[in-house]
This record gives sequence, structure tokens and C-alpha cells, in this order.
Amino acid sequence: MAGEALHEDREKLGPEILDRHRAISTIMEELEAIDWYDQRIKASSNRELQSVLLHNRNEEKEHASMLLEWLRRHDSEFEGHLRTYLFSQGPIREVAAPAEGSGGDYKGGDGSLGIGSLRALKV
Amino acid sequence: MNHLYRELAPISDAAWQEIEKEAQRTLKTTLAARRLVDFVGPEGWKASAVGTGRIRDVDPPTTGRVEARLRQVLPLVELRVPFELRRSELDAIDRGAEDPDTDPVIQAARSIAIAEDRAIFHGYPAAGIRGICEGRADAAVLLSDDYASYPVLVATALNRLRDAGVDGPFAVALSERCYTSLTESTQAGYPVLEHVQRLIDGPLVWAPGLDGAVVLSMRGDDFQLTVGQDFSIGYLDHDAERVRLYIEESFTFWLESPQAAVPLVFPEAKAAP
Repeated sequence: MAGEALHEDREKLGPEILDRHRAISTIMEELEAIDWYDQRIKASSNRELQSVLLHNRNEEKEHASMLLEWLRRHDSEFEGHLRTYLFSQGPIREVAAPAEGSGGDYKGGDGSLGIGSLRALKV
Repeated sequence: MNHLYRELAPISDAAWQEIEKEAQRTLKTTLAARRLVDFVGPEGWKASAVGTGRIRDVDPPTTGRVEARLRQVLPLVELRVPFELRRSELDAIDRGAEDPDTDPVIQAARSIAIAEDRAIFHGYPAAGIRGICEGRADAAVLLSDDYASYPVLVATALNRLRDAGVDGPFAVALSERCYTSLTESTQAGYPVLEHVQRLIDGPLVWAPGLDGAVVLSMRGDDFQLTVGQDFSIGYLDHDAERVRLYIEESFTFWLESPQAAVPLVFPEAKAAP
């Protein structure tokens, strides 16, 4: 139950933080399930059971992806980093280097200021 | 190089980052509707419209049994604010200046942020946008300069929303005039703003692009902002003294549930045609 993991009084958090908490908790659960399925598929010697577990595991990946997209739309800071790293090529550590001012030809990527949704910002 | 032509600008990496930092700070401070509505995108510069699922009968291209229907869409509008920066100020950034004159960036960012909010809150007929405050103008609550009465007025708007079957969480957006006055007015020893905040379970937002105030639901699927190209800075031209840039975005807004917001208006706005 997502509410069980709150570290502060529920009354102080507000609906935005609580919804993000629900999403983040569920993503954690989906990823944990994927990990468990991976292990059980590998360990099982029954081909039919492996097939069912494989199907279930892949559905968890879809669920995790949808939740990640929800989180992106409701957390502008997260969105900025996802835009930087997802679907990039080459060494991951070097992807953000130009934008972080570590030299090179900084032109701000595609020029976007990365404002996005501000619903997650505290007001 | 994309359509922003940034690579043609005589601007160093450090100066670009300073320009973007100022623009981002101003946009995040000034934009109000993005704190309240559903956000879709960015869909990119190529995005041109959002389908509404509606159609309109039109004359068919031939006579006979042919019927024709035209899909209805919300076209994305491009907003652009040009501004100029002095090259001497940009050069100073590379020498370590901590106080470069970036006021033109700030003013441009504020202008475009207020323009977006204005379109979302009050509509923009030329772009086919119906604003949040237009949907239930008939149910508007009248404001006055008696700021101590604001908690009651907000409670009235909340009741009108509940009467219409709209549930929360609820948020309040306040114009500069309302926000400033509520922070300066007190009731029972506390700013009236705090009394208003206690009535709602969502955010209370300062909205300089708004006239009056609005109480709205944040349950979702009522107000949809679709952004094509999110705020970006592009290059126009330059001479020995100045660089001309612009800040631009493309977007549209879909008022899906007009009943999910109740505006609070000053009498002079209500009387205006």
C-alpha cells in the first residue's frame, strides 16, 4: 500500500506529492516484479510455465513504461533529464556533458528551455 | 542546425547558458496555468493541430450520393517575442561578469508567459482557444475590494463546482491585484491568503496573466494544454553592437470541461462587453 511508505504527515504533503508518491511506489513495484519474473523464468524447467511468466513479465514492463511517462508529464525536472538521456547514443556519461558546460559546442541541444508541465512545482 | 538558427548567433557557450538560465527562471516564476492544467507534449515544431473528434458537414466535391465531413481540429498557435541583447554585455559574461544586463531576456520571457496564460484563462478567439474563465462566465462570483470577504467568495465558487458535480482537488489562481491584496490584508491576525489556502486541497497560484481569480478542479481531464515546440530561444540577426534573438513556443488549449472552473470577476470586468 503506497500510503504506508510516507515519511511525512499526509496532511503536509498535498495532492501533487501524494500522486507522485503513488506513481513512484507503483513503478518500484513493477520493476521489482520484472526482476522476480526474470529469475523465475531462468530457474524454471517447465517450458509452459516459462512462457506464461515471460508474458506476465513483459506486461509489467509496459506498466512501468506508462507510469514513467506519467511521471515525466508531472515532474519537469525529471522530464529534462529523461530528454537528455533516453534514446541517446554513445557513452551515457558523456551525453549530458555539453549541456553541463564541460566544454564542447554548447548550443542548448534542440533549443528548448525544457519548461514542460509545472504541476509538480511547489507554489 | 534547426529552425532556430542558434549556431549562427555570435554568442559563446557561457552566454547562451546565462540567457537560458534567465529565461527559465522567469518562465517558471510567471507561468501559472501550467501549474494547474493537464500538459501534453512537447510534440515538436512539426506538430500543427490537435484533433477534437468532431466533424462538420461540408459540401461534397461532387453531386449525387456523396457526403462530406470535415474533421475539426484545434490548430497550434505560434507565439514569438523578439528581443535584443548588447554584445558587450554578452562578452562580459565570458570575462566572468556576474551581473550582465539580461533584462531584455527577462522581459521577453515574462511577456510570452503572460500571453500563454492569458490565452488559457481568458481565451484567444483568433487561435480558436476557449479560456478556462469563459466556460462558466454565467456562474461567475463577483469580487470586490473588500478582501476580507474573499474566503467566503472562494467558498461560494467551491460550492458551485460541487453543485455541478465537480470534485477536487481544487486550486485557486489569483491575479496580481488579488494576490497582492490578500497577502497584505489580515483577518483574525493572519493574512487573508492563508484563510483562502485552508479552503482548498490544491495549490494557490499567483497568476499575473489572469484578471480576477478562478477556482478550478485539478481532478484531471478537464483542461488540456498541448505544446508543440516548448519555449525555445532562436536567432534572428546581429550587427557589431547587438544580437537579435526571440523566444517562441507553439501550443493550443482545449477546454474539455467548462463546468470544472468558476471565475471570480471584478464588477467592471463583468460589465465589459
